[in-house]
Amino acid sequence: MSGTLLITGGRVVDPAQGLDAHLDVLIEGGKVTRLGERLRARHAERLEAKGHIVCPGFIDVHVHLREPGQEDKETIATGTRAAAAGGFTAVCAMPNTEPVNDQAGITRAILDKAASAGVVRVYPIGAITKASQGEELAEFGDLKDAGCVAVSDDGRPVANARVMRRALEYALAFDLAVIDHCEEPALSEGASMNEGPVATWLGLRGAPAAGEAIIVERDVLLAELVGGRLHIAHVSAAASADAVRRGKQRGVRVTAEVTPHHLFLTDELVRERAYDSFTKMNPPLRGEADRRAVLEALREGVIDCIATDHAPHAADDKKVEYDQAAFGVVGLETAVPLCLDRLLRPGIVTLSQLVSIFSARPARLFDLPGGTLAPGAPGDVTVLDLESRYTVDPDRFETKGRNTPFGGLVLKGRAVATVVGGQLVFRA
Amino acid sequence: MSLFPHRHLLGIEPLLPAEIETILDTAQSMREILDRPIKKVPTLRGKTVINLFYEPSTRTRSSFEVAERVLSADSLSIATATSSASKGETLLDTAWNLEAMKPDMIIIRHASSGAPHFLARHCRPAIVNAGDGAHEHPTQALLDALTLRQKKGRIAGLRVAIVGDLLHSRVARSNLWLLTKLGVDVILCAPPTLVPPGIEALAPVTHRIDEACEGADAVMMLRVQRERMTGGYFPSSREYHLRFGLTEARVRRARRDVVILHPGPMNRGVEISTEVADGPYSVILDQVTNGVAIRMAVLYLLLGGHSEVGA
Repeated sequence: MSGTLLITGGRVVDPAQGLDAHLDVLIEGGKVTRLGERLRARHAERLEAKGHIVCPGFIDVHVHLREPGQEDKETIATGTRAAAAGGFTAVCAMPNTEPVNDQAGITRAILDKAASAGVVRVYPIGAITKASQGEELAEFGDLKDAGCVAVSDDGRPVANARVMRRALEYALAFDLAVIDHCEEPALSEGASMNEGPVATWLGLRGAPAAGEAIIVERDVLLAELVGGRLHIAHVSAAASADAVRRGKQRGVRVTAEVTPHHLFLTDELVRERAYDSFTKMNPPLRGEADRRAVLEALREGVIDCIATDHAPHAADDKKVEYDQAAFGVVGLETAVPLCLDRLLRPGIVTLSQLVSIFSARPARLFDLPGGTLAPGAPGDVTVLDLESRYTVDPDRFETKGRNTPFGGLVLKGRAVATVVGGQLVFRA
Repeated sequence: MSLFPHRHLLGIEPLLPAEIETILDTAQSMREILDRPIKKVPTLRGKTVINLFYEPSTRTRSSFEVAERVLSADSLSIATATSSASKGETLLDTAWNLEAMKPDMIIIRHASSGAPHFLARHCRPAIVNAGDGAHEHPTQALLDALTLRQKKGRIAGLRVAIVGDLLHSRVARSNLWLLTKLGVDVILCAPPTLVPPGIEALAPVTHRIDEACEGADAVMMLRVQRERMTGGYFPSSREYHLRFGLTEARVRRARRDVVILHPGPMNRGVEISTEVADGPYSVILDQVTNGVAIRMAVLYLLLGGHSEVGA
């Protein structure tokens, strides 16, 4: 990743340096070296970006690449190709692989594979506990040295408050953020969707929004208690967002993400689609009041960023009875078009906010390189075309997963070029 | 236009009131066949029906089987105690294999809500929901309605109490849809732990069975599965019976001509006392006969029998 590239004629939007101007961007040796008008560079490849928006590379902090161990669902190669096609230059890989990424050796194996087969940057996330069993802490020091940028038992909550407390404390030694998938297991046993009227009519067991918020409240209090660095994964409930808001107001080091599906869909979709398992994920789609609340929390900055929780599954994992189906939806290739069409176009967020939500803010969460195009930053660039139409066609996805609830949508706006370290890795 | 413009019967919720009336009217005329000395009509001759039961069922399955025989359909029943997930073959593979035998209809009972919808999406035969998880059990609600109509001469304007485990009951949901669509004044009664959220949008909920029974034309009792006690929904069957069970004293709060319905199997001494179960207002056995008539009507309407019903 050390290309030389001149991106010309685009409108550069880089909120990290308060920049919104028509400039050329020169990347040399894999890093941004100059921003300016009518730059010249001999021997540099050129990327014409006239009429397009040139942004710091987008980062998705919540992706399941499935490798090692579940290569039928996704591989590092296909997952990172999907990321590139969706406009992401870096992804954080959740540790719930087989085996779980709870040891430096596994982290290194993931990074080796990413170096040879990946097309965007891969930042592994290590497990909080060994095998994500929620009992003994994993070796955070080794994980960090091997390249992990945070720790999480994602897919499972850390059910035991003492273990969560110790994780938040111990991670301080390595300045690692602890990411929690917040869910009180006793309240969501056997659940396959949100608890509420729709689950009642469909006769499906529901997980109440309160079951998420209870753990968010707990975690915020624990982070406050020990001064820990906490990140809340996929906030789906109003009460969870509220807990994060109050925590931030008190100065607790807490950050949060929200997924596109929780921003744009509600549990009504499960009924509309008559038990289509592509509407099943965890946390589940909530009601309209929750949806509006997390959207508002994002707008306010209480929720820091959008992450996809990209969770590819093989067809067989989904082609079963609803309550038997695997949780999760893919998101890498739809997130940016959805957000451009449904957040930017109606004016819910400004362009500068949107770019920040996808670049500077996720970079800050886990101290990742990038998030800006200031000279010296990695040469990672996402080029957006706000006018281009994008039809969500799962058969044309780069990811192996076809499990999207957004299939068939026609959206306005998409990433048309993705540059990693000065190398063009995707071009629409 | 067809009498019944649906390819499947997946639930009561999607039906219009007139479509429900059509099924009830058809069942009423089918009912008469069951009293003939020769209980067989050629209406569905040459049609193949598969009864695919993933949950144990005596009443519903035998009721469908009798209906199929009376109408001269060829049928076979597959009963498997285990769900697909634990058994190796997926529901879809099973369904595709059955489909390859070219049946005209698959009747499915399954512990997973939405399993009939899943089949309807992936295979060609007409699908009838014979009970899916806690979602719906449409033929049960239809036979309850037919019984009510026979006993009361009408449905609209009746006051009906539905009492018991509303949370886990597919019978409750189907009945609630059906009765409210047909203009019944429904009141629901259960301990708060067995009331699913949002159900009050269709009918008021009380936690006092005395109030539910007050002035009722009919009381529909729901089975309380004993395993619910281990789930901590209520402390004991004793307390359940004392607080939420249907007893003689409570029946006396209802109208003098009240009828008591129960989808069976009953837990005597839990949701219903033996005296009430065997009392004069109990129409539980009428429900069973009407069950056959309703299933005949559903088979007939979905399989589009061409001969006259009485032929």
